Amino acid sequence: MSRLLVCPPDYFGIEYEINPWMRRSNAVNSDQAVRQWHHLMRVLEQDVGVVLERMKPVPGLPDLVFTANAGAVMGRKAVPSRFRYAERQKEEAYFEDWFRAQGYDVFTLEEGLVFEGAGDLLGFPDGWFGGYRQRSDIRAFSILSEWFTREILPLELVDSRFYHLDTCFCPLSGGELLYYPPAFDRYGQAAIAERITPERRLAVPEDEAMKFACNAVCVGKHVVLPAGCPHTGQLLEARGYRLHPVPLDEFMKSGGSAKCLTLALD
Amino acid sequence: MMHDQETVLIQGHIIDSLILAKVLDTILMMGGTFDFQEVHIGKTREEPSRARIIVRTSSAKLLSEILHAIQPHGASVESERDCRLTAAPADGIFPDEFYATTHLSTQVRLRDQWVEVEGIEMDLGVRVDPVGLTARTIPMGQVKRGDLIVTGREGVRVIPLQRPRDRDVFSFMESQVSAERPHGHIIGDIAKRLVQLRAGFREGKVGSKVLLAGGPAIVHAGGREALAWLIEEEFIHVLFCGNALPAHDMEVDLYGTSLGYGHVAGRVVPHGHEHHLRTINRIRAVGSIEAAVRSGVIKTGIMAACVRRGAHVVMAGTIRDDGPLPGVITDSVEAQASMRAAIPGIGLALLVASTLHAVATGNLLPATIPSVCVDVNPAVPTKLADRGSFQAVGLVMDAASFLRELARELGWKP
Repeated sequence: MSRLLVCPPDYFGIEYEINPWMRRSNAVNSDQAVRQWHHLMRVLEQDVGVVLERMKPVPGLPDLVFTANAGAVMGRKAVPSRFRYAERQKEEAYFEDWFRAQGYDVFTLEEGLVFEGAGDLLGFPDGWFGGYRQRSDIRAFSILSEWFTREILPLELVDSRFYHLDTCFCPLSGGELLYYPPAFDRYGQAAIAERITPERRLAVPEDEAMKFACNAVCVGKHVVLPAGCPHTGQLLEARGYRLHPVPLDEFMKSGGSAKCLTLALD
Repeated sequence: MMHDQETVLIQGHIIDSLILAKVLDTILMMGGTFDFQEVHIGKTREEPSRARIIVRTSSAKLLSEILHAIQPHGASVESERDCRLTAAPADGIFPDEFYATTHLSTQVRLRDQWVEVEGIEMDLGVRVDPVGLTARTIPMGQVKRGDLIVTGREGVRVIPLQRPRDRDVFSFMESQVSAERPHGHIIGDIAKRLVQLRAGFREGKVGSKVLLAGGPAIVHAGGREALAWLIEEEFIHVLFCGNALPAHDMEVDLYGTSLGYGHVAGRVVPHGHEHHLRTINRIRAVGSIEAAVRSGVIKTGIMAACVRRGAHVVMAGTIRDDGPLPGVITDSVEAQASMRAAIPGIGLALLVASTLHAVATGNLLPATIPSVCVDVNPAVPTKLADRGSFQAVGLVMDAASFLRELARELGWKP
C-alpha cells in the first residue's frame, strides 16, 4: 500500500513571494484552504486507498504544507531538500528530523547545493528526470544518481511559472507522461521524446497547464488532479485512469496543487 | 589567436539528456571553441558520463560570458591551483623540478589568475615577479639566487598552436619536408608574406620584422646579390650569422673572390685562400664593419646593405673562426643572449644554409612565428620542422637558388 507524507495547512498562507504565482495581496482564505486540504486527504485515503503520514505543522513556516519538497526518498534512503530561498530554508531541519525519526538513512547534500526534493525529481521505475535551473542545481543530480544508483536525466525548466518539475511533468503508473512541453527547451523536449514514445506522451494544453493539471498524484490507476482540467481528464480516461478532480485553488495562490501537497514514501 | 581558455568539467547523465550537446552548442553559438581533454561515457544507463572540456575564446570577456552561460548546466570551472614557486638556490642554478618551457605559448596561474609567460622560447625556466604578477622565461645561466622559479606542472598550462588563418603554404605544410616537392608556389607564398610584412614594417606595426639566419654558403653559391637586394629593399630587417658570412661577403667586395674562388669566373685565384684573412684584417684595422661601409672601404654586398638600411646584425662566433671580424661575439652565452634580444617583433624567420645558426635560431623562436628552413641537407629542415609547429616550412634546396628565386618574385632583376 502506498504511503504519502502530508502536512496539515494550519499555518498556510502567503507571507512572501518566491514564485510568479505568489502575491501577498492575494490572501489565502484559510478556512477554504483547510476544507480543500481535508477534501484532498479524504479522496487520497478513502477513494485511492493510500496511507497518510502526517507531519506536525510549524508556525511561521507556511509552505511546510508542500511536502513534495521535503526531500527525495527511495526505499529507506532519504535526501532532505536544500532550498534555494531563505524563506523555505527554515523548513529543512523539520523535514530532516522527520526522516531521521522515521529511521531513514539520511544523505545530506553539501550546503549551498540547492535541490528541492521530489518537486524536482520524478520518474519511472527505470529512469528518473531532474528539473533544474529554477530551484535545483543540476550538479545535485549527479550526486543523487550515485546515492540512489539511478539514471537521472536533467531537464532545464525554462518557464518561471513552472518552477518545479512537478508543475509541468507527471509520470504515470502505466508508463505514460503527462506534461506541458513548452516548459522545457528543445534539448529537454528531445531528451523526453527519446525516452518516451509518442503514444505515451500526453501533452496538456496551456490553459490546463496553468491550472497545474500536471501537478497530479498517480497511484495505480487513480489520478488525483486539480479540478477544472477537462482536456487532461479526457486524455487520462482514454488510457484507463480513474479521475479524482479536487478543487485546490487556495493552494494555487501559492503555486502548488495536489502533487505539491504530498510526498510519495514507498 | 584564441588565447583565453578555461577547463570545465561536466558530469552526470549528460549524454541522453543532451546537456553536453547544449553546453557545446552554447560555447559555439557564443563565439568560442572547445576541445575535449577527456571524455568518459557511462557504459550502463546508471553509470554517469564525464567530460573535461577546454573552452577557448578570443577575449577574457567572452570567456567569462560563456562560462557564466554554461555553469547553470553543470559545467563547472576546474578548481586550479596557483603554480608552485621555488627560490633558485644559487646564481645560474634552477631549483630542482623547475618547469622547462616548450616553444608554445604558456600561462602560469598566479593568485587565481592565468598570466601569460613573456618571451616564450623552448628549454628555459620561468621566473615570476610575485609583486607585479608577471612571468618571464629565463635561461639557466641568467638565474640569480633567490629568483622565484616555477616548479612542477601544477598551475602551468600550454596553449596549443591554433591553425593560422592565412591560407598559404604556412597553414598547410604541417612540418613536411621533401626534396621532391615543387618549390615554386612555396617561394611565391613566402614572397607574398614578405610584401605584407614590409608594408607592416613601414607602418611601424609590431611583429613585422623578418629575420634571416644564414651561413657563408649563401655567398659561395651566388646568393649574395639577391640577399643584399632583399635587405636594401627592406624585406629583411634582422641578420643572424657567424664570422664567415660577413667575411666572404666583404671578400667579394674587396677581392672579387669568396674563399679564394673568383666570384664571377669561378676559378681559383692565385693566393686567393689569403683573401678572407686579408679582408678580416682590413676590417679589424678600420675598426668595425659599419665604419668600413661608411668610409667606402666596403661598397657592395650583404653587410653594406645591412649598414645602409640599419638592419640589426648579430654575429655569433665559433671555435673555427679566423680573426674574428670586429663585432663578432665570441662568448656563446652572450651571443645567444644578443640573438634572444633581437627576437621580439619578428614576424617571419628564414633559416638559410647554416645548420648551426638555423638550429640555434629555431630554439629561440616561439612556435607562433612562421619559419622557413632552406638547406641542401634534408636533415636540417627536418630537424627544424620536428619542433612541431604548423608554420615551419622546410625546403631542400640550394641557398642561392632560393634567395635568387625569392628576390626575383619580389622584383629583383639580376
